[in-house]
Amino acid sequence: MTPILSKPDRKSATPLSARPEHSAESPVSIHALTVAYHRKPVVWDVDYDAPPQSLVAIVGPNGAGKSTIIKACLGLAPKAAGRVEFWGQPYRAVRKRIGYVPQRESVDWDFPVSALDVVAMGRYGKIGWCKPVSRQHRAAAMECIDRVGLADYASRQISQLSGGQQQRVFLARALAQEADLYFMDEPFAGVDAATERAIVQVLRELKAGGATVIVVHHDLQTVAEYFDEVMLLNMRVVAEGPVSDTFTQDNLVKTYGGRLTLLAEAAEAVARAERGG
Amino acid sequence: MSPGLTEFMSLDFPALLAVVLASVSCGLLGNFLVLRRMSLMGDAIAHAVLPGLVLAFLVTAAFGYPEHARDPLLMMGGAALSGIVTVVLVELIQRLGKVEKGAAMGVAFSVMFALGVLLLEQAAARQVDLDADCVLYGQLESVMWLPTDPTASYFSWSGIAEMPRQVSTLAFIAFAVIIFTTLFYKELRIAAFDPGLGKTLGFRPQVMHYALMIFVAAAAVAAFEAVGSILVIALLICPAATARLLTDRYFTQIGLTVIIAIIASVGGYMLGTRGPLWIGLDQSVNAAGMVTVTLGGLLAMAIFFSPSHGIIARSMRRFRLSVSVAREDLLGLLYRLEEHGAPGMPRRQVAAAVGPWLAAQVASRRASQRGEVNSRNGLVELTAKGRTIAQSLIRSHRLWESYLVDVLGLRPDHVHDTAMRLEHVRDAQTGSRLMPRVEATIDPHDRPIPSNGPSAPAPTANDDAKSDGHA
Repeated sequence: MTPILSKPDRKSATPLSARPEHSAESPVSIHALTVAYHRKPVVWDVDYDAPPQSLVAIVGPNGAGKSTIIKACLGLAPKAAGRVEFWGQPYRAVRKRIGYVPQRESVDWDFPVSALDVVAMGRYGKIGWCKPVSRQHRAAAMECIDRVGLADYASRQISQLSGGQQQRVFLARALAQEADLYFMDEPFAGVDAATERAIVQVLRELKAGGATVIVVHHDLQTVAEYFDEVMLLNMRVVAEGPVSDTFTQDNLVKTYGGRLTLLAEAAEAVARAERGG
Repeated sequence: MSPGLTEFMSLDFPALLAVVLASVSCGLLGNFLVLRRMSLMGDAIAHAVLPGLVLAFLVTAAFGYPEHARDPLLMMGGAALSGIVTVVLVELIQRLGKVEKGAAMGVAFSVMFALGVLLLEQAAARQVDLDADCVLYGQLESVMWLPTDPTASYFSWSGIAEMPRQVSTLAFIAFAVIIFTTLFYKELRIAAFDPGLGKTLGFRPQVMHYALMIFVAAAAVAAFEAVGSILVIALLICPAATARLLTDRYFTQIGLTVIIAIIASVGGYMLGTRGPLWIGLDQSVNAAGMVTVTLGGLLAMAIFFSPSHGIIARSMRRFRLSVSVAREDLLGLLYRLEEHGAPGMPRRQVAAAVGPWLAAQVASRRASQRGEVNSRNGLVELTAKGRTIAQSLIRSHRLWESYLVDVLGLRPDHVHDTAMRLEHVRDAQTGSRLMPRVEATIDPHDRPIPSNGPSAPAPTANDDAKSDGHA
């Protein structure tokens, strides 16, 4: 049986930035990205260039593929088709310039490590294989934990922190990566007001320092206040661009429109065909 | 050298060394299985190496080199191979069979083990030197160190070179495991805690995972002959599980597993070989079995007595909390009684009024020790100090009630029990932040909300209360 979705063509080595629609200035260029789990497509044909030094929200209903896009960019989810480049280079070449904040539920918070240990993990990339965490790196981690207001909690075991504090530990860990581009998966999910303010503060500092931050976001109320750019997603990109032009009533209806979209139905059909049903 | 010492050096020392090396290697690796919540994978691999091991025996016998069957390199090669086969098999069964991971592991290891047993029968039929008892329970007692020249010291090079093969294999594995866990300390930690981040940082958690599985398989094979395939699992899991109950620190966790492994293996061996003689029996018991029982015993002790996670410590904490809640409830109750003009509460009713009997008894004694209540003529009543505390409690309670009714819109008759729980959160940090700021002076049940100031005049509901003689 011929698979319906083909593997990405690895031979086309021309950088995306050579194409007119993409630019080497962009921290991330996504080209014709399709992601499928067990051959059932979850994200179809995404094209996107993030502008440098901006805060970008990815917004859409449950199951729209918001986290999936991030994971595919970072190589954590398999690409069924398409390519992703960062500043015109492949991921492997610029790994150290990219930070990642996974969803809080993705790790085991009973793990016997302190908050500082977790933040220090952000330094591992700079430390490299087989070398211990040196005093300078620990100090740098301590500085990051201080920036999110948790200096007093540095030596606590992570299960003793509240949900909001855990989220800030993750944020501090991303800061410790000292990246130029960050991907954050639902950092605002289920946090208290103090944490939300701390996160926004950090996002603004990051932007002021020249970084771009791409955030999966669920709270439509705060999109306009917190972000410069928005990508409205429901399995495909419904609209993307500056919040002022893009975040409109019309586009939101298109993104969140109640019924199953044609794409979702098509994805189901693909999955059924693969099952032989 | 005295005969006793010679006997110890020939029989006990090598067996002890073997079991210590086996438990240290398995214990160290077990950390990563337990912390990643995949202990069953260790179980699976420990079983699944059996067919590989027997196959190695059969193949070497078939080619006429039976003496190479126990060659450490060959055994380790076979073990690594079966380790990878098991991991891949588990993943395949999980993905293609669409079953959960536990089921996939259960299927993979029982089938692999059964295959090993079938092969073992073949080996027995062909008179290959490998028997089922040894595989299942190990033969620690058969590990002997008999230098050819008994007059020469056990500490000479030639003596050491004649160490039993099981011991040298285990020493090699223990050395390799210690190097592996030290060198990849940070990589193993990130692969266990957050493989996603590990991957984006380029630390290849998948590779670490397979490396770990290969080491588990190798350690299982090396420990096989000493303690048998079933007991290996206890060596993998027990030290790490015990350590996890004793610490919340990563480094301490790993260090503790080594200490626990050594204590259990030395203690268990001594108990197994000497213990029965001490209590007058004339036969020692299987030492490997005793080591495992000791591991289980240490785990059980940690479950009960661990200062942080133990059952006893936790029930003590719960009891202390319920005493403090009962004490506050008692103060609150007396305050309400004063509001109604009652002079106090009969001593005998206290226990029934404020929660579990024992907690109430301790609570009322503590309250009087602290000078919060007085007991006079069988009546318990508030002192001035107790009244101040009670007042802030009642304030907290009634503010919560007002909040639940006015802001959250609950029905007034539904809020008392909730407020009863919330009123106890009054420490400066959370209390002042969480305490609802309801601008009410009367609660939903038309009771006054006491002010926050220092000891305001007591009860207001009934003026008789004052004349009833409260100081």
